[in-house]
This record gives sequence, C-alpha cells and structure tokens, in this order.
Amino acid sequence: MAKLLEVQDLRTQFHTPSGTVHAVDGMSYDVEKGETVAIVGESGCGKSVSALSILRLLPVPSGRIVSGAIRFLGQDLLALGNEDMRAVRGRQIAMVFQEPMTSLNPVLTIGLQLTETMVQHLAISRAESAKRAVAYLQMVGIPEPEQRLKQYPHHLSGGMRQRVMIAMALCCEPTLIIADEPTTALDVTIQAQILELMKGLSQRLGVALILITHNLGVVARYADRVNVMYAGKIIEQGKARDVYRHPRHPYTLGLLRSVPRLDQPRRRQLESIPGQPPDLTRLPNGCAFVPRCGFKVERCALEVPDLVHAANGHGSACWEQERLDKPRGTG
Amino acid sequence: MTRYIGKRLLLMIPTLLGAAVFVFLLMRLIPGDVCELRLAGEGAYADEKAIQLCREQAGLTKSLPRQFLDWIWGMVRGDFGVSMWTGRPIIYEIGLRFQLSLQVAIMATMTAILLAIPLGTLSAINQDTWIDYGVRAFSIAGLAMPSFWLGILIILALLIGTQALWGTPWMPPIQYTPIWEDPVANLSQLVWPALATGYRYSAVAARMTRSALLEVLQEDYIRTARAKGLVEHLIINRHALKNALLPVVTVIGIEFAFLIGGLVVTEQVFNLNGLGKLFVESVGNHDYTLTQSLVMLVALVFIMTNFIIDLIYAWIDPRIRYR
Repeated sequence: MAKLLEVQDLRTQFHTPSGTVHAVDGMSYDVEKGETVAIVGESGCGKSVSALSILRLLPVPSGRIVSGAIRFLGQDLLALGNEDMRAVRGRQIAMVFQEPMTSLNPVLTIGLQLTETMVQHLAISRAESAKRAVAYLQMVGIPEPEQRLKQYPHHLSGGMRQRVMIAMALCCEPTLIIADEPTTALDVTIQAQILELMKGLSQRLGVALILITHNLGVVARYADRVNVMYAGKIIEQGKARDVYRHPRHPYTLGLLRSVPRLDQPRRRQLESIPGQPPDLTRLPNGCAFVPRCGFKVERCALEVPDLVHAANGHGSACWEQERLDKPRGTG
Repeated sequence: MTRYIGKRLLLMIPTLLGAAVFVFLLMRLIPGDVCELRLAGEGAYADEKAIQLCREQAGLTKSLPRQFLDWIWGMVRGDFGVSMWTGRPIIYEIGLRFQLSLQVAIMATMTAILLAIPLGTLSAINQDTWIDYGVRAFSIAGLAMPSFWLGILIILALLIGTQALWGTPWMPPIQYTPIWEDPVANLSQLVWPALATGYRYSAVAARMTRSALLEVLQEDYIRTARAKGLVEHLIINRHALKNALLPVVTVIGIEFAFLIGGLVVTEQVFNLNGLGKLFVESVGNHDYTLTQSLVMLVALVFIMTNFIIDLIYAWIDPRIRYR
C-alpha cells in the first residue's frame, strides 16, 4: 500500500534581490495514514516553506520548487495541473495556519467561510453545508455553534478562531492536515487545549497530521514521529520517543537542552545554542551546523553524511552520532 | 447601528455651522461689495447716496452678527433669500443648475466605477503582464489629460464623426432638459461631459483598486482561501475585492463631492450652466447671499457623501459596523 505522503529530495528556493535562498534544500520524509509527524526547527529553517510546498502555495513569483517529488497516495502533486491541484487543497490535504488573527477573512461571516469549502468540494447545498458546519463547530468545542455562523472573526478570541480554522480544515474530511505552528500565536493555556483537540480529532477521524513547531515539548507529547530540520535539511528523524530520549544530532541535543523545564532549579540559566542559524543564501558544502557545534570534527566542514538510519528507523546526518547516542543525563 | 447613524447626523450640524461662519467672514474680507460693483463698477461714477441706499436695501448696513443670524435663521426656516446680484430667489438660481451638476457627477461616478473596478482588478491579478501595462498606461493617460481637453476632443470627434456619417454635423443640445422631461435630449447633452470627467476619475480609482487589491492579495486570509481550494474567481471577488474596496470607496466619494461644484472649466467647454460656473460668477459679483448658499450646498454635499461613505464602510466591514 502506498504511503499517504512521500516527500522526496524536495528543494524549494526563493529568488530575492540578495540572492537565492535555499529554504528547503533536499528534504525527504513520509507520513503514514493517520499518524502525526512533527517537523521541528528554529524560525527560518524552512519548515513552513516545506509545508507550503506540499500544497504549492508558495508566494509567486519569488518562491519555486526546483526539484523533488511530493507523492500523495502515489500521485506526484508537483506534476498536477493547477485545477487538479486546487481540487486536492482543502479536500484531501487541509491546512491550519499559524496566525488565527489574520488567517480568517475579517469581512466574511464564520458561516460563509466554513460552508464555502464544502460547497466548493462536496457539491452539497448551502443548507446542508450549514448543518455540517454546525456539527464541526460543535466538534471543535465552540459553544452555541448556530449563532457563530452569523458572526465575524473579530467576535471570537484567538483560541476560538483557531478552533474555527480546525473546523474548516476538517469539514471536507481530508486525509491529511498540515498544521503550521498552530499554537504559536496563542496563550500558553490555550495552546495545550488546541493541541489536545487536534490530536484527539485526528485520532478519532483517522486524519494524518503534519505538525510544524519549534517546540520540542509539543513533539514529545503529540507526535508519533519527528523530523528535525536545520538550514533547509532534515538532520535527524525517527520515532518521537527515540529522538527525545536519545538525540543523535548535536542540534537536536541543543534544542532539547534549551526547553525550559519545571524540574530544574529556578535560578539556573536556560541553556541555549550559541551563534546564529546560517545564511540560507550561502550554504556551506559541509554541515551547516558546524559553527555552532560542540562535537565537530575535521570532516564536518567538508561533507555531510546522508541520514544514517539505525534499525529502529532513527536517523541522523551527523558523523559523530555514536558519540552522542548515550543515555541522557550523562553528557 | 441606528445610534451610529443618529450620532453622525447630529455631528453634521456643527460642521455646517463652522462652514457658515467661515464663508460669511471670508466673503466680507474681500474688498468692495455688491453695491459698489453694481453701481460704480468699471470705473463709472455713482452717487454715494445711491450706493448707501442699495446697501440698506441689501441689509449690508446691519451689524455683522445681525447679518449672520438673519441669514442662518432664514436657512433654518428654509428661506435662502434672494441673490444680491440678480434679485431672484436663490432657490431659483441654484435649482436647475444643481440638478444638472448632480446628474453629471452621478453619471461620471458611474462611468468611473464601471471602468475602474474591473480594470483595476484585471490589472492587479495580471500584475506585470501586458494587461497590467495596458491598464496602467490607460489610467496614466487619464490622469495626465485634463478633462476639459478630453471634452474638446470628444466634441470634435462628435462633429467630425457625425459629419462623415450623416453628411451633417451633430452637436449635443445646449439647453438643459431635466431627465424626466426628455431623457434622450437630457442624456445626449450630459453623457459627454460625464465621460470626459469620468475617465479621469476612473483613472484615479483604477490605480487605487489595483494597489489595494495587490496589497490584500498578500494577506494571510487569501492564502487560507487558496489552501481551501476555492476557485480563483471566488478568491478574487469574494475574499479579496471586498477588502480592497474600502480605500476605493473613499477616493470615489471625495471625487464625487468635488464634481458637484468644481467642474468650472469642463462646464465651460460643454457650455453647461452648472454650479461651477455659477460659483465663479457669484464670487466675482460679490454676491454674498448666493455664494454663501452655494458654499453651504457644497458643504452639505461633502458631508452627506462622507456620511454615505461611512455607511458603505460599515456595510463592507463588520468591524466598523459593531464599534
């Protein structure tokens, strides 16, 4: 059986006045039906661009997918015509964006924005779609859904708007939802609610989820598998539990150490990874993490290994991964 | 919403009163008055007593506050008085001319809207293609061409065209007929000035539509609409245009209000007896009462237009509606 989504050697570039930005620089991963896959990395590492590439929603004309393949149920999305691609968007692959405050149209009612997707894809009447819209609003935990249909986005809080976005993503029963930092713009207390909701619904409805985040805590809790991205490449991938317990790339290790923890003494300073992410217009031949890496050896500046996978599917693009792969707490 | 409308209507009163004070004082700052001009204009000799008598009859010898209050009180009762120059009631002087100017303004606005919104949209969604360049050239030309000159071109084209077609040249009628009396005669006179001013006007509005739409198309909610797989015409017409129209409505409204009293030269070219011409004449004649009434009329049109723009705003954007 074909995988739900296979991304193969995806390369996405932006042409800007200051040079070509290699936002996604050879990225491969896959998603099985119904599972939650996380893509983790710092701001600007290319994770959002990789998500937009799947739906071919890159800003034109600057953004361009230069090579690679994105196979959805065996079909290469990059080979589809515009009209066929449009039929996939919202119907089979839906998206939840980072900014609930600006991602809903301020001058259209919640009802219209929910029902129009269904009217577009499912060939059902307005009345029928309104009925379904109420059901989905209820499902995402919005009180008094009938009244909400007539309201506008500014009547709702950020958390409520994100729930509406989720209802919108679910309403055509897609098989994959891409959530691009769905909780970054929300209050901490709301973040957990939204993530619980997404996880719960994706399990209940059997929808696969690509969860894009910079928060490793989120990954540990909600993802089945994780891809860690750095400078446009996946530098570590594997089961969330394995990556979390036995990181095999110095960058992942650094990320894990910089998550604030409640079980550490209060006055202890939060660890951080020194230095800045590299300039994506001038990527080195070797490993892009070298300048910030505490484990570097000579060959790191010259070449990078492919993701080397261990038996459990845990892979790392680091020459020194064996040195890192020790139980946590000793290093 | 009703409260909002009521509040806006009440706010009109101080604005109008301010305009009244302003024009009243400004007119009296101009040296000379209507009596001097009428009796002693062009260097003719006039009896000082006759001028004084004329001033008394026109009420110009009363104190300024008294004159002002008399005028305002008259307007409140719906009595605008008589023109100091012609002696005819101001209602009569303004009546038909206002009708004409209003009609030209409305027709020019319709021309502008019908041209600007489709062209601006076309230009924005085909940014940096030949369609875009074409529309931009068309609108730059509209901005660069004075509408009176375009008016002259239109008249020439009509004359030459009809001459070539029928052997005898045809001219638009010169006498104004209200539209309900004879729509054909009315329109055949007013369509041309409406086109000439509407073109320029549409150029401004089309550029505004284009830039507003280009900006809106960068918004997150447009990306959301794309991610939902909506067809392109829904994304443009439903999601983008409604948001992009706000600044366009403003431009159209301001321009409309200007057209009511500001078409002096175009009226001259098309030989129209409109408000613009009357305005210039009344100021030249030191016709205090007529000028004051005209300013109040134009001020009222501006205020009403702004009010209507605000209502349209509220209708387009729910965030304004509920504030």
